[in-house]
Amino acid sequence: MAEEKTTILDGAGVKRALTRIAHEILERNKGVEDLVLVGIRTGGVHLARELSARLEEIEGAKVPVGEVDITLYRDDFKGQAPHLPVGKTDIPFVIEKTKVVLVDDVLFTGRTIRAAMDAIMDHGRPDCIQLAVLIDRGHRELPIRADFVGRNVPTSMKEKIVVLFDADSRPTEVVLEK
Amino acid sequence: MGFKHKDIIGLQGLSREEIQLLLDTAENMKEISGRDIKKVPTLRGKTVVNLFFEASTRTRTSFEIAAKRLSADTINISASTSSVTKGETLSDTARNILAMKPDIIVMRHAASGAHHYLAQRVSCSVINAGDGAHEHPSQGLLDMLTMRQKFGTLDGLTVAIVGDITHSRVARSDIFGLTTMGASVRLAGPPTMMPPGIERLGNVTVCTDMREAIKGADVVMMLRIQLERQGKTLLPTLREYSRYYGLNPENLKLAKPGAMVMHPGPINRGVELSSYVADGDQSAILTQVENGVAVRMSMLYHVSGGELPTE
Amino acid sequence: MNLLIKGGRVIDPSQGIDEALDILVENGVVKALGKGVKAPAQTEIVDATGLIVTPGLIDMHVHLRDPGLEYKEDIVSGTRAAAAGGFTSVACMPNTRPVNDNKAVTSYIIAKAKAEGVVNVFPVGAITQGSKGEALAEMGDLKEAGCVAVSDDGRPVTSSELMRRALEYAKGMGIMIISHAEDLSLVGEGVMNEGFVSTELGLKGIPWAAEDAATAREVYLAEFTDSPLHIAHVSTKGALRIIRNAKARGGKVTCETAPHYFSLTDDAVRGYNTNAKMNPPLRTVDDVAAVKAALADGTIDAIATDHAPHHLDEKDVEFNVALNGIVGLETSLSLSLQLVEEGVLTLPALVEKMACNPAKILGIDRGTLREGAVADITVIDPAVEWTVDAEKLASKSKNSPFLGQKMKGAAACTIVGGNVVFKRN
Repeated sequence: MAEEKTTILDGAGVKRALTRIAHEILERNKGVEDLVLVGIRTGGVHLARELSARLEEIEGAKVPVGEVDITLYRDDFKGQAPHLPVGKTDIPFVIEKTKVVLVDDVLFTGRTIRAAMDAIMDHGRPDCIQLAVLIDRGHRELPIRADFVGRNVPTSMKEKIVVLFDADSRPTEVVLEK
Repeated sequence: MGFKHKDIIGLQGLSREEIQLLLDTAENMKEISGRDIKKVPTLRGKTVVNLFFEASTRTRTSFEIAAKRLSADTINISASTSSVTKGETLSDTARNILAMKPDIIVMRHAASGAHHYLAQRVSCSVINAGDGAHEHPSQGLLDMLTMRQKFGTLDGLTVAIVGDITHSRVARSDIFGLTTMGASVRLAGPPTMMPPGIERLGNVTVCTDMREAIKGADVVMMLRIQLERQGKTLLPTLREYSRYYGLNPENLKLAKPGAMVMHPGPINRGVELSSYVADGDQSAILTQVENGVAVRMSMLYHVSGGELPTE
Repeated sequence: MNLLIKGGRVIDPSQGIDEALDILVENGVVKALGKGVKAPAQTEIVDATGLIVTPGLIDMHVHLRDPGLEYKEDIVSGTRAAAAGGFTSVACMPNTRPVNDNKAVTSYIIAKAKAEGVVNVFPVGAITQGSKGEALAEMGDLKEAGCVAVSDDGRPVTSSELMRRALEYAKGMGIMIISHAEDLSLVGEGVMNEGFVSTELGLKGIPWAAEDAATAREVYLAEFTDSPLHIAHVSTKGALRIIRNAKARGGKVTCETAPHYFSLTDDAVRGYNTNAKMNPPLRTVDDVAAVKAALADGTIDAIATDHAPHHLDEKDVEFNVALNGIVGLETSLSLSLQLVEEGVLTLPALVEKMACNPAKILGIDRGTLREGAVADITVIDPAVEWTVDAEKLASKSKNSPFLGQKMKGAAACTIVGGNVVFKRN
């Protein structure tokens, strides 16, 4: 069965989308004061670093980046499959009183975001959590929506969205696989 | 890649990848214990029974904390309060505990093989917290995690283990784990405490002279000597044991510069380990204790995973 | 009822016979042995074509557990198991409750065996009162009551002085001592053979030296007192060397081994298998080879099972608290026939060790098919294949390490005193 691949965003498209999101984040938060980025492993972490670089270019100030692994917060442990390897969670700053922008590559059911928010809350109480995603493919199963979206892509449940990264963990392309 | 075993009875038989996975998970779980809210919801609603037929505050507490940090409910049953003193068999005790519907039983038992016995008779997971002189896998894993943190890898490390090898479940788990991970192990101790054929368990060399074992070693692991357990036929006195098989600043110099000193605890100060060494810069004893919780969280997490679905 | 066993290969080492012959049994004794024997009217014919016919096999070392431990085995179930295994006689050890150290217990065993048992039961009395190793038992009385030997089997006579006196006293009474040779201080808390496997499993080991040292003591005491001595269940290379040397010096020592000592090694303990726990423990590959060599060169006189039934509750426990011993009556013949298959023993040599020699050692009028002898006869099917199944064992206890194992060869028919007591379907 040959897989069909369609490019949704090429390299330049990804860049434009991230730049736009960076501007929107700044606009919404009126600058970078108290702002932190937390990427969801692993794609979200790469994108959070990209966003941080752009925010620095625009504002001239560094926005700290943390990473969160949501494996231990998943809601689909049924004891029927071997548990997934646990990745590293690294939040090298105090969450208390920050404005957290949670970053992920693809927003789908919303369950990952729920898990990530729980994980962040266990590290401290931020003033607010906002959500930035490169792709929103719909099919939400929880009352969650993104504050910043690179591209909305209507999909069917069978399709797959993959964000590709190069060897330096820079996003190169977003493809839809059927 | 996943951990496909229902139980962890020993490190013998675990593959390199499986040990790697247990250690990696433990490494990534260390962060949880550093937070304000030292808890993740992973094992919410699961029941972990700590069934201890031998007294052990340290291991039991460590498993209990590990289970609680994963949000499991824990119940501690110890030999002194349980019905074993009334002559109940392990089989009956196990059946009674099963009626409480545990998901994981963490057991320590004085009989080697007690966990094989239990695991064959219960549907829940069994984790070995020490059986007789057989295995103590959580200790083996935390020892390896501590070594890996310092040296980056276990491959090619030379680890000297000194003491009563015959009666040591720690030694066996360390040997099985370390040699699987590519380290070489040197054993030293009085011949009265060196079991036959131990060199056939892996990349293991037996030395009669402790200095020979320590020479150039990356890690020196000292085992606890227990005169009350070993009896008077194996040793004349602790004083003489300490002279020939104790680690002190002098003979530690034979090891590689900066070699790591380890001990499964509790230490007999001045017997197998001089206080200068136990509390010195090279001692990793407290790191071992700290790593214990993360390693046990990793074990609890992975055994609760279950079999791969057959597709 | 008269019997004609027709067309079998008769192997009777006591007469140097190994050929196709018919055997006529009348009134419980061998009436005729020859080619084309004519059967009188109303004779039951046993067709033994393709089968082997031997003097009834004798297991000189079993535990029938009766009196006192009937939940494990009793004289009825034990003798049924014996018959199913091709044995026409068993010698039962005295570690019952109470211990068979007096004529009352001996008489009980003999009476019950006569009334309800299906094979001959020859009791072995105790060497010391209560088998406690403190004071000699009344060996004269025991012999008169029907004991064929004395033994404290299950434990050694720890005191060398007491063993010396026992040998001397027994000699005077004309009864032989069967020694359980084991140095208990070397055994300590050991639960399996000391070696690589015990190291790996973290189980306390029993060194071979515990058996060798005790065997040496027994052999020297027997020589010193010039008494006959039989060593039970020999399992080590060293003990066999000691016995071989003693025999070469002209000592009156004999010995037996059990099928598990030439069929299994301590590897069988892996997985903490309590059905591989016995005393002496299963040894190493080297010891198995030495046992086979000693069977071949005649150092080992007899194969005896040390049939030791235990209840499931005594075996379904942690390894270190499980009781020692396995059932053996129903697997012994098949495992021993394997020795013939492997070329360790010829069939006649095997029959010697399972029938003729035990009779000789115990001094009982069995182990032969001579005309006029009691018609204890075993008919063996050397080719039949079967699987050891706990459900089908006649013994009350199922503690066998061979459960589920495929076997070749078995008793086709067991005849005791001219009566067919077992017939394989």
